[in-house]
Amino acid sequence: MKLPGDIDLNLAMAVWWRNVVVYRHTWLKNILPNFFEPLLYLVGMGVGLGYYVGEGIEGGDYVAFIGPGLLASAAMNGAVFETTYNMFVKMYFARLYDAFLCTPAQIKDVAFGELLWATTRSLIYGVGFFVVLVGLTFAGYPILTSWSAILLIPAAGLIGMMFGLIGQLFTASIRTIDLYSYFYTLFITPMFLFSGIFFPTSRFPYGDEVAFFTPLYHGVRVCRALAAGAWNVDATISTVWMLVVCAVLLAVVPARLKPRTAR
Amino acid sequence: MEQDVVVRARGLRRSYGDFVAVDGIDFEIRRGEFFGFLGPNGAGKTTTMRMLYRASSLDGGTLEILGFDASTTAHDRSIKARVGVVPQEDNLDQEMTVAENLDVFSRFYGYSKAERRSRVEAMIMFADLDAKRNELVETLSGGMKRRLMVARGLLGSPELFVLDEPSTGLDPRARQRIWERLAELRRQKTTVVLTTHYMEEAERLCDRIAIMDAGKIVALGTPAALIRDHVPSQVVEIRLAYDQDSSIVAPLHGDALRVEDLKDRVLLYADDVQALVARAAELDGVQTLVRRTTLDDVFLKITGRGLGAE
Repeated sequence: MKLPGDIDLNLAMAVWWRNVVVYRHTWLKNILPNFFEPLLYLVGMGVGLGYYVGEGIEGGDYVAFIGPGLLASAAMNGAVFETTYNMFVKMYFARLYDAFLCTPAQIKDVAFGELLWATTRSLIYGVGFFVVLVGLTFAGYPILTSWSAILLIPAAGLIGMMFGLIGQLFTASIRTIDLYSYFYTLFITPMFLFSGIFFPTSRFPYGDEVAFFTPLYHGVRVCRALAAGAWNVDATISTVWMLVVCAVLLAVVPARLKPRTAR
Repeated sequence: MEQDVVVRARGLRRSYGDFVAVDGIDFEIRRGEFFGFLGPNGAGKTTTMRMLYRASSLDGGTLEILGFDASTTAHDRSIKARVGVVPQEDNLDQEMTVAENLDVFSRFYGYSKAERRSRVEAMIMFADLDAKRNELVETLSGGMKRRLMVARGLLGSPELFVLDEPSTGLDPRARQRIWERLAELRRQKTTVVLTTHYMEEAERLCDRIAIMDAGKIVALGTPAALIRDHVPSQVVEIRLAYDQDSSIVAPLHGDALRVEDLKDRVLLYADDVQALVARAAELDGVQTLVRRTTLDDVFLKITGRGLGAE
């Protein structure tokens, strides 16, 4: 089956399946740490620090404030790790893409298969985190107050796809693995702190305006609206924002990856 | 393209910056034959292979593979569906078992589930890895990895099988087992292209050989014809002691059809070596070896250096 951009879905699914097989071997040692990180933030910041925040932010409970945003960041972490370090290792060290490219697969099929897997991983994180939030909700924290919260799971998929593509774009642009420390320190970490997960972006001058141009901000806005059943124009704008970024990167990334594998 | 020509290359050219890796070569590969590219490292063999299995584009010339125009990338998926590949470097998936490696890669060829299973089983048996099927690849020996590479390359039941140095770095026994597997392919009439810098491998496996040097094909033919056309049938090899000068062999030059002075040894070529052997016996302190000429001698004559030269 052919997708737009001359991507062969069957070949992409073969690449996706490779990752599923490896995941079955390694999920305990590779995947869980990335999932625990936001969980620890939820307990440490939400339940711990939240106690001292008193009235909470914007009149709500602090765990309820940060919970949906942390789900968005979990989805981001899961996807972006796949298309940064993991992808780089497969491409340059394991020479696995050379092996894929000896089959009928083209680099665009491989890239799309990797993206499907990055999205799958963000969905796994999304489901796991959702279960935790449901548990905390029943424990008395007013986090998920609407049935629309179930849409947090597809939202995690959309956030994952967007960050999977952003990771692929960066991976296609670098030659040494060391440069990822810039990506994480100057891009991922600031987004984690200033996208409105822990406090409103309006806390800083032009905070809203700057955040609007960063991807995690939109994931957080969508997740928060879904969790509270408070869908609004902003959440719609953020959804469209993420879809547009995905569409643009889907068109751009395969062409940028190509010279990395062709010699 | 007539039915029996599987690959046709005309003026094939590829450069990397200023370095011309493949410098306008012509060749044809016929259905069912074993075709070898023989040459030292850097001769352009790997680049030629990469163009055949569509990992490198060409800068010039034309290339037809299995009836598809391979001058552009337009037909790459169709070509790659019919061409099996064993690249020079092992790039097995280290994180998976033998069986998983084959199962995952079988999914790229559009088989039904049942076809896929039977193909994977057949390839595990072909590679003689049944006992290792559930072992992680990283636990395999070099020879087993290479056999698994060969099996993986054959998953798509290719019409053309391309192997880049299939036995480099293997011990003699492991190499022998790879050759046995390739002989099996010959019985199945698979068309095979391989590169090697082992003269023995080329002579033993290949129906026809293209000798490459510095990006060009410098000779092409059957092993027997290459030897017959380029060098006398026998050679007397005089191995000098470390303190001897090759000039002590000079009196024998007149009895040889060709002389190669390699400093530590002198090669004296002739069709009838009796006189040479008798006179060599009169030299003090040298070792004398008489042997039939091989592709190594052909290569030495054509390029001025041995295949082992880096």
